[in-house]
Amino acid sequence: MPRRNDIKKILIIGSGPIIISQACEFDYSGTQACKALREEGYEVILINSNPATIMTDPETANRTYIEPITPEMVAMVIEKERPDALLPTLGGQTGLNVAIKVADMGVLDRFGVEMIAASASVIRKAEDRDLFREAMRNIGLRIPNSGIARNMDDVRRIAAEIGYPLIVRPSFTLGGTGGGVAYNREDLEKMAASGLDLSMIHAVMLEESVIGWKEYELEVMRDVKDNVVIICSIENFDPMGIHTGDSITVAPAQTLTDREYQMMRDAAIAIIREIGVETGGSNIQFAVNPENGEMVIIEMNPRVSRSSALASKATGFPIAKIAAKLAVGYTLDEIPNDITRETMASFEPTIDYCVVKIPRWTFEKFPGAEDYLTTAMKSVGETMAIGRTFKEALQKGLRSLEIGRYGWGADGKDSYERSRTLPSMAEIEEKLRIPNSQRIFYIRHAMLAGLDTKKIHGLTKIDPWFLENMRQILDVERKIQAADKELSEDLLHQAKKTGFSDYQLGYLTGRTEDEIRSQREKAGIIPVYKLVDTCAAEFEAYTPYYYSTYEVEDESRPSERPKVMILGGGPNRIGQGIEFDYCCVHASFALREEGYESIMVNSNPETVSTDYDTSDKLYFEPLTKEDILNIIAKEKPMGVIVQFGGQTPLNLAVPLARAGVRIMGTSPDSIDRAEDRKRFQTMLQKLGLKQPPNGTATAREEALAVAQGIGYPVVIRPSYVLGGRAMRIIYDDQELEDFIESAVRASSEHPVLIDKFLEDAVEIDVDAVSDGQETIIGGIMEHIEEAGIHSGDSACVLPPHTLSPDLIDRIKKDTKAMAKELNVIGLMNVQYAIKDKDIYVLEVNPRASRTVPFVSKATGIPLAKVATKVMIGKTLRELGLTTEKEIKHIAVKEAVFPFDRFPGVDTLLGPEMRSTGEVMGIDESFGLAFAKAQLAAGQNLPLSGTVFISVRDKDKMAVVPIAQKLANIGFKTLATRGTAAFLASNGIACETVHKVSEGRPHVVDHIKNGAIQLVINTSLGASTTRDSYKIRRATLDYRISYTTTIAGAKAIAAAIEAMLQKKLQVRPIQEYHGLQNNAGLKTGTGINPE
Amino acid sequence: MKALIALEDGRIFSGRSFTGRGEVYGEIVFNTSMTGYQEILTDPSYKGQIVTMTYPLIGSYGINSEDMESRRIQAEAFIVKEYQGVPSNWRSAQTLKDFLEKYNVLGIEDVDTRALTRHIRLAGAMKGVISTEDLDPASLIKKAKDSPGLVGRDMVREVTCSAPYIWEDCPVEGAAAPKGNALRVVALDYGIKFNILRCLKNSGCEVIVLPATASTRDILALEPDGVFLSNGPGDPAGIPGVVGTIRDLIGKKPIFGICLGHQLLGLAFGGKTYKLKFGHRGGNQPVKNLLTGRVEITAQNHGFCVDVSSLDEKEVEVTHVNLNDQTLEGMRHRHYPVFSVQYHPENAPGPHDAAYLFDQFAALMKERG
Repeated sequence: MPRRNDIKKILIIGSGPIIISQACEFDYSGTQACKALREEGYEVILINSNPATIMTDPETANRTYIEPITPEMVAMVIEKERPDALLPTLGGQTGLNVAIKVADMGVLDRFGVEMIAASASVIRKAEDRDLFREAMRNIGLRIPNSGIARNMDDVRRIAAEIGYPLIVRPSFTLGGTGGGVAYNREDLEKMAASGLDLSMIHAVMLEESVIGWKEYELEVMRDVKDNVVIICSIENFDPMGIHTGDSITVAPAQTLTDREYQMMRDAAIAIIREIGVETGGSNIQFAVNPENGEMVIIEMNPRVSRSSALASKATGFPIAKIAAKLAVGYTLDEIPNDITRETMASFEPTIDYCVVKIPRWTFEKFPGAEDYLTTAMKSVGETMAIGRTFKEALQKGLRSLEIGRYGWGADGKDSYERSRTLPSMAEIEEKLRIPNSQRIFYIRHAMLAGLDTKKIHGLTKIDPWFLENMRQILDVERKIQAADKELSEDLLHQAKKTGFSDYQLGYLTGRTEDEIRSQREKAGIIPVYKLVDTCAAEFEAYTPYYYSTYEVEDESRPSERPKVMILGGGPNRIGQGIEFDYCCVHASFALREEGYESIMVNSNPETVSTDYDTSDKLYFEPLTKEDILNIIAKEKPMGVIVQFGGQTPLNLAVPLARAGVRIMGTSPDSIDRAEDRKRFQTMLQKLGLKQPPNGTATAREEALAVAQGIGYPVVIRPSYVLGGRAMRIIYDDQELEDFIESAVRASSEHPVLIDKFLEDAVEIDVDAVSDGQETIIGGIMEHIEEAGIHSGDSACVLPPHTLSPDLIDRIKKDTKAMAKELNVIGLMNVQYAIKDKDIYVLEVNPRASRTVPFVSKATGIPLAKVATKVMIGKTLRELGLTTEKEIKHIAVKEAVFPFDRFPGVDTLLGPEMRSTGEVMGIDESFGLAFAKAQLAAGQNLPLSGTVFISVRDKDKMAVVPIAQKLANIGFKTLATRGTAAFLASNGIACETVHKVSEGRPHVVDHIKNGAIQLVINTSLGASTTRDSYKIRRATLDYRISYTTTIAGAKAIAAAIEAMLQKKLQVRPIQEYHGLQNNAGLKTGTGINPE
Repeated sequence: MKALIALEDGRIFSGRSFTGRGEVYGEIVFNTSMTGYQEILTDPSYKGQIVTMTYPLIGSYGINSEDMESRRIQAEAFIVKEYQGVPSNWRSAQTLKDFLEKYNVLGIEDVDTRALTRHIRLAGAMKGVISTEDLDPASLIKKAKDSPGLVGRDMVREVTCSAPYIWEDCPVEGAAAPKGNALRVVALDYGIKFNILRCLKNSGCEVIVLPATASTRDILALEPDGVFLSNGPGDPAGIPGVVGTIRDLIGKKPIFGICLGHQLLGLAFGGKTYKLKFGHRGGNQPVKNLLTGRVEITAQNHGFCVDVSSLDEKEVEVTHVNLNDQTLEGMRHRHYPVFSVQYHPENAPGPHDAAYLFDQFAALMKERG
């Protein structure tokens, strides 16, 4: 069936900010869908609040609304744009949920919008456990015994029927938030209560536990003619009981015979038909009893998902793109397979390698959060590795993780290696039994400690097949260790085939990584590159998507064209996320526009950068020195871009330069000058710029002396870190001593840096681009929160709203001076603190910053593209960028936090970054833009009701005008005794409420009872009192708007006031940038025409 | 133990035997199924062939007693990237190594099977020799060239049953019981896969399997409701006698053919067959059913093909086409109850999308009966 001609305009809903369980994969799928639909001549309207996405680039959709993804805003977009169809299956759970709400509001009916791919009733059937269970029963499939509870009485009754342990799953929540395993009645009461609360439909499912069963997933696609194909099978290394997003997973399934696999396939096909997904992809999860093969269905997602992104990267089959085409009426046999060209999309990919996906956790960022894994997802990113064997892929995956490991152990990085004694058997057994982020390494400890496969399987329920393969890795490790300096060519070759890195081999044989490399190269043991082609070489593949392995035949085809290699950012983690992938993708686009071949290297399957048609060539490889040098030896690019992928590639700049690789743009020496404290200080002195008083210490006593010399408060942190790891503001000697002891362990190798903390300073972020001669300021952002809160966690506004023109000029001048001095070619980010009209330079980073996409979206200038073109020799003048752009609107960036995933963690912001994503609010005034940003970040600012105020003494004066403003616009005020007295004495009527420690009913009771709509609560950053912590947690649990800073309170008050004065409106980004009619324009110069 | 694979065009691949010593020749082919190695090894259609699996990790779920497609391993040798010696599956009864060794079949690992596959794709399926005994490339290449190959050779006689048998979840030799209410199918065994027999039985048929050389009279004497033409190895044009028998049966009994049976039917219709460059072997081949417009994902295993242009359009209707290369995948006679498919609706290994054909056969027999 050809494309539908009865629809012309299609609305796509994005997934919003990056949060745990919804990451870049939905930018990947959304971007593919936008491209695919525009290719077919449809007009695409997009709504997504996340500015750091390729899909919100003005070129991607015809009209792009960077607006909060709420039902009301989507309804406004529909009313304004009058699309013919809504495609709800590409924006993750967010897109699906909002689409359902919009349908329920009657908006779709009112404006005649058809929901394509999956109707509201289909989505409900898949998502509502009652309906799903019924559907499975209809087709003779079993799902674990379960019951739906809508209140605690139901919970107790159903639990009595099922028995313990049982699984609690709230209906309609992200990544199973609030779910878990209840082993007893006490667990159940707690989990079910929170689950009922979190569920959008106030229902939880209690389910028979199949913990320890084998877990599988199938990715299924269906077209309008009911053709169904399976794209990929996935077997989870971690068994049932751990969220699939937190499981190591392997593709294809390994331990199913064909008979069992086909039964699963039949079930998947029956399910997609029964649920009735009209077109597109679905993900179906199965559990299999390892004792007898009994199969049960766990769940189905009637949309593209994290797993479908993984399946796309694992097979080369572009699920989202095909799903978009199916949604408009094409059938699978009408859509060509891009990779083979001669065959069609109606087939099932077959692969001839093994794919391993490993999650990336950041428990270290959340003190108080326990490192154990459950049915609620906690990882923030993932990496994928491809090898010809599981062993090779596993080791490649582990060294891609960016956790300082070079493979599966054998790298001297295990904590026990210092003392040369393994962890105790009790510790090993516990770490095996209770799933956690380190379990994969504890399996090795267990094997070293002599536990056999049966025992390890008993503790972990991990399939013996995986464990045996790991034991084979260990066998090779032992052989290498025994060979020591006599490492033979044969053994070296075997080691490489088993996935060992040169670093590991060096460690095991007492040599350096470089020595191993040189032995290897002399012996001709170099990797070959094989193609990911969807068809196991049965057809010729045209798509240059490669992975390395140690085999005979190399399929890479280096061209003679001038080419540049871009190093991506690896797995998402806090501090390094989609923003950097966005920059890498732009670099690739820019290179292609300029006629260069672009070669992308990355290991993150969620990204647009690892889409096979983003770059001329894609190498899906770990971002390590060894792996990069191997590709360089093959491709011989003219240079490598390291400044876009965040810290990962940046850390490789110096080693690569030493190995003779040309680093494009700003030199590694300049990067070092900006990062090395002493050299940086010298530079600032030369330029006559100020920085906060500071010092370095390598021991405790020295740290005390430095801090006392500077004067408290001070900011202390280890050198060379990103995202403020282990950074802290310290107010006195005692705290400093504690911190040094517990957290950083200063040493001569790892000095700690101590800076004067500028209290109440305004922090400024500047992004600029320079060609070595000229520097253009891309944007100046003023942080909403005061200095001391990590820039990635702080909301910011562009342009600055409180700085004088004189200060702005000085900031520009200083930025340009530093760019010139550092001979920046490409991007540069500077962080300043402004206190009492003095400008202090906090940090200079001659590379892409997290704010580059935000600035680009706010101003319309594609900074990363411009920077790329500068790096290959264009001048800013040639690119038409000669003046800084003044914008008339206001853009606010707000951070989004994963606190709801980590029960018990304090939500107070500090110098350590903890946000996972960001949103943008854009409008004509600060109040409206900030309101939108809050709304987009999930804070429902109240327009009326009661505000609770409790602030520390030094903030009391400052909170008065805020309280006054809120009172003026109709808020009732509630305050703790001290604050209440102060407010009353300043003429603000307010009621007093007990602190938590003062007896009941106290403020938390009021929050729980819904008597408070807004909380303003500041407290000393360092020693948080139990009281304020309980308030913060309660606001989170009950989803009450809250702020912990005066600046934040001021902004919230302004936003509420603005919303009362003017209803929020939606406006596409193209209009802000004067691109009224965006008919697929190409930014040839890299600059949008004014 | 080191092993060399030599192809007739002079290409050498090295590997290692995981089963012991030996030397064997055959046509080297690749199969792209990611699962189903036990069924593939025991499929009689692989007689005379050395099978390479494109999926690199083979042996992971062991060997069980149920997934047999014939009584023994039929492939001449087995080539994989990495043998998995410690299987994990609740049905596993032995390792792949033990299974291969039991039937004295060479298993070779540590081969760049993707390179081998690409070579076959580009140069075509060809004769080859594997040896652990003779590691001299030149000598092996000569042996490969001198080996007999498949074209024009009768491989069926090596795999067909020597005496009739009845299918009762396993072969039971002896005379057929008097005809009862069930539909009676006579299956001509050119190398039949057990799963075809299982599928026929599931569709309500009692099945009597006869040797490939059974005469028309033998067949009709059993009063079948239909005749089934099985899959099997080698070149359809190289099997003497059987085409005449099939021609005799057309119009007398409903006929259903699969794979080699389909090719033989094509010859009986007066068509021609030819050898594909490297064949279709795997479980992901898209076939379009022209009667319904639906796409079936099918299991396939064939190196020869019926030339669609050689068929008389007035007599024969094309019903199924391969979407990858547009080759003929299914046909039916316009006047008689005769139909066939090139692919394997009985799967094993492979998808079940086309299993409806067995019911279709049963319906046809009822209708004509």
